[in-house]
Amino acid sequence: MAIIELEGVSYIYGAKTPYEMTALDNIDLKIEKGAITGLIGHTGSGKSTLVQMLNGLIRPTSGRVLLDGKDIWAEPKKIRDIRFKVGLVMQYPEYQLFDETVRADIAFGLKNMKMPEEEIAERVERAAEFSNLDLSLLDKSPFDLSGGQRRRAAIAGVIAMSPQVLVLDEPAAGLDPRGRREILDGVKRFSRESGTTVIIVSHSMEDMAQYCDNAAVLSRGKLFMYGSCSDVFGRAPMLCSVGLDIPHVTRINQKLIELGLPLPEDVYTVDYAADKIAKLLGLGGEVK
Amino acid sequence: MSDAFIRTENLTFAYENDEGKEVPAVKGISLEIKEGEFVAMLGHNGSGKSTFAKLLNMILTPTSGKIYIDGRDITADDMTEDDMFDVRRKVGMVFQNPDNQIVATIVEEDVAFGPENLGIEPEKIRRRVDQALETVGMTEYAKHAPHKLSGGQKQRIAIAGIIAMRPRCIIFDESTAMLDPLGREELMSTIEKLNREEGITVIHITHYMNEAAKADRIVVFDDGQVFADGTPEEIFSYPEPLRAVGLDVPQTVELLFKLNKMGGNFNLKNISTEDCAAVIAEAYRKATESKN
Repeated sequence: MAIIELEGVSYIYGAKTPYEMTALDNIDLKIEKGAITGLIGHTGSGKSTLVQMLNGLIRPTSGRVLLDGKDIWAEPKKIRDIRFKVGLVMQYPEYQLFDETVRADIAFGLKNMKMPEEEIAERVERAAEFSNLDLSLLDKSPFDLSGGQRRRAAIAGVIAMSPQVLVLDEPAAGLDPRGRREILDGVKRFSRESGTTVIIVSHSMEDMAQYCDNAAVLSRGKLFMYGSCSDVFGRAPMLCSVGLDIPHVTRINQKLIELGLPLPEDVYTVDYAADKIAKLLGLGGEVK
Repeated sequence: MSDAFIRTENLTFAYENDEGKEVPAVKGISLEIKEGEFVAMLGHNGSGKSTFAKLLNMILTPTSGKIYIDGRDITADDMTEDDMFDVRRKVGMVFQNPDNQIVATIVEEDVAFGPENLGIEPEKIRRRVDQALETVGMTEYAKHAPHKLSGGQKQRIAIAGIIAMRPRCIIFDESTAMLDPLGREELMSTIEKLNREEGITVIHITHYMNEAAKADRIVVFDDGQVFADGTPEEIFSYPEPLRAVGLDVPQTVELLFKLNKMGGNFNLKNISTEDCAAVIAEAYRKATESKN
């Protein structure tokens, strides 16, 4: 079932000026409820524009954005309600922390919703747990935290709002491998346990392949490909044709196919590749 | 005396936290880097690699220990301000955020900023700026406004500004972290060119394992100390200890490692895509031959 639907959505920056530029061109897209969808594309492909459209930060020049079957712009004055339903974590969100303690920062959105104190306290701790943020950090100043911890605190602030859809723009950018895993593992656990729909924008094909169920590929403002990760990454040459990267293990797999090994095209995780190759080589044993 | 361009002896650095306690960030590191080397530095956030790099060009002053740059003890008492500028000229540094390193409103003026401050004659500056822009492939943008460039282009302008000061060594402190894949590729090929063609010593701090794989040597930091030091092939053939310190290995090694656990017998030093595929294809050929 779709939770978000884009119907013929276009967006033009600087319309009717000499700088007119079409950022999104007639996009039709249905985001599956409860799934983790990866949004892939070059810088300038329209990803950020699309993301900002999902929670009503910008309004389509034409076309409709539906949340749960309803046009989010049906009543423009109520667009603020959409922002509680679709939580957006922007790039480098750690720069947006401002309160005296991490706890107060995570609670900020909830306080604006005028929620009872006890519920706020409970939600803050739950959000911190999903973000892999140690509870002992909650009473510290956000400015005493490391970069990775600050990032997780900022994500917790949006998770605490219990949005129906959580949108993350490059949540792991600039972090070390452990920091990446901590954030993405937390987001996946949050999605699976709460049933929340998640949309992740990332340049890391390896992360996308590992954490997403579906992938949507944008190229020059158009929806270029959309399907399950195995559909999308199984068509590696097509991704390469628009200059996009593919997961490293998919590149190894492509090379092996070139060298004559009868392997499937849709290899995009190391575990799956190891499994297929082991069978070909007649290796026994399980991955420990 | 060794022929090292950079040498540290038992180098330590501690900073003071808000409770006034001394927290050690670099704990007694002795390391040598030769002229012309391309060294990648890996380590999770807080492992001390960035602090170590900032000690090398005197952004930070060590708590104890020695640093020799080009044979000169830069921790000595007789270091003057001029000497310090000389160190920074020899060892340039490019930082993470492309938006924080540009001072002028025109690309070529930004590149000229460093040499102007060195008091170099205008004609020489002109030549150096032109050469620097050519080296980083940004000549056609000389008259452009930097804020309209992409992240990767801005980082290349920052590099040009350093090259114009004729450094012997450039430290890249997570300079690729904020770039998209295209920008990262542009920057990596510029870095490789500086090292291979211009002979500039490169220290590249990164979280991307595939970038580290391109270096001659990898130094892994953990807890303020050197955890491992070797060629990429040597370093990446031990996935488990690397993961234990919060790092990872390229997917080539991960794949071979998993196959070995399933009973394969692959050398984990095959870190390039081509080598990795070649050894698997070879094993496949042998397996099918033995069946027939």
